Amino acid sequence: MDDQLIIGGKVIRSRLITGSGKYRDDSIIRNVLEAAGCDVITVALRRIDFDRPDESILNYIPEGKILLPNTSGARNAQEAVRIARLAQAMGCGNWIKIEVINDSKYLLPDNSETVIATEILAKEGFVVLPYMCPDLASARRMVDAGAAAVMPLGAPIGSNRGLQTRELLEILIDEIDVPVIVDAGIGCPSHAAMAMEMGADAVLLNTAIAASDDPVSMARAFKLAIEAGRLAFLAGMAGQSRVAVASSPLTGFLES
Amino acid sequence: MNVNIRVNGKVESVNSPKTLYDLLNDKALNPERVVVEVNNSIIKRDQFKEYTLQDGDSLEILRFVGGG
Repeated sequence: MDDQLIIGGKVIRSRLITGSGKYRDDSIIRNVLEAAGCDVITVALRRIDFDRPDESILNYIPEGKILLPNTSGARNAQEAVRIARLAQAMGCGNWIKIEVINDSKYLLPDNSETVIATEILAKEGFVVLPYMCPDLASARRMVDAGAAAVMPLGAPIGSNRGLQTRELLEILIDEIDVPVIVDAGIGCPSHAAMAMEMGADAVLLNTAIAASDDPVSMARAFKLAIEAGRLAFLAGMAGQSRVAVASSPLTGFLES
Repeated sequence: MNVNIRVNGKVESVNSPKTLYDLLNDKALNPERVVVEVNNSIIKRDQFKEYTLQDGDSLEILRFVGGG
């Protein structure tokens, strides 16, 4: 079956994008990526702490993966652009997840600053994937500004509460022509399956795998859920009804 | 002779002349795994050996870490 996800001109085989944060032991990341079958993995850019130098996360990510650096730490468009340019200078490609956050309690993204950063970076040739609050007008502006995909949140980052924004996600999936990747809030495989059944193009998650007891098994569980959800979406689900609709014939009963 | 530079917010005194490449070596950092900004401008990796640290330079040395 020809069901390809293409982002920034690249064919992405796996509809599961994972983060590389919060692992108790980074050396497990390689096995997680293998179990998840991921093509794309997110990373963050930070100052080196010379008092506690650690290994680069790149040492744990196999060759051939698409790196998706985020601009976490950016509080406005200007800072996001600065981080994106630094990430590009690392020499690991030109994909960028724009993340502009100036709310420390809910970590909700600032859509208007994100639109500005999207426009600047898309013009510079970045493949721009903005993390966003699921708002149709903002998503349209991001697409017009050159976003390669939009990444609306299901629930606040790390909250594991699932698709709390479901109605709004459905509107984006319906109206937006670039891939819609549900990012943040997905806590268990059923949440991911639901996103895919709704027609999302992919999901991005980190905490749900990294903070589980067995990240490798959880990665595989998510892989299966996402494949199942996608297949169900493509198969076209049967309609719902408020009352029962018999599955067995209502004729030919035995006489009482 | 020494120059004072600021590295990731901390002031350091280093021998001069010293290139950015030498500084990374002193700190046991793999140049392939870091990006560097000097005075808010990115220094490309192929310029590390050519950039000589100047008194008052402010450096940001960054690397990729785990993130979502």
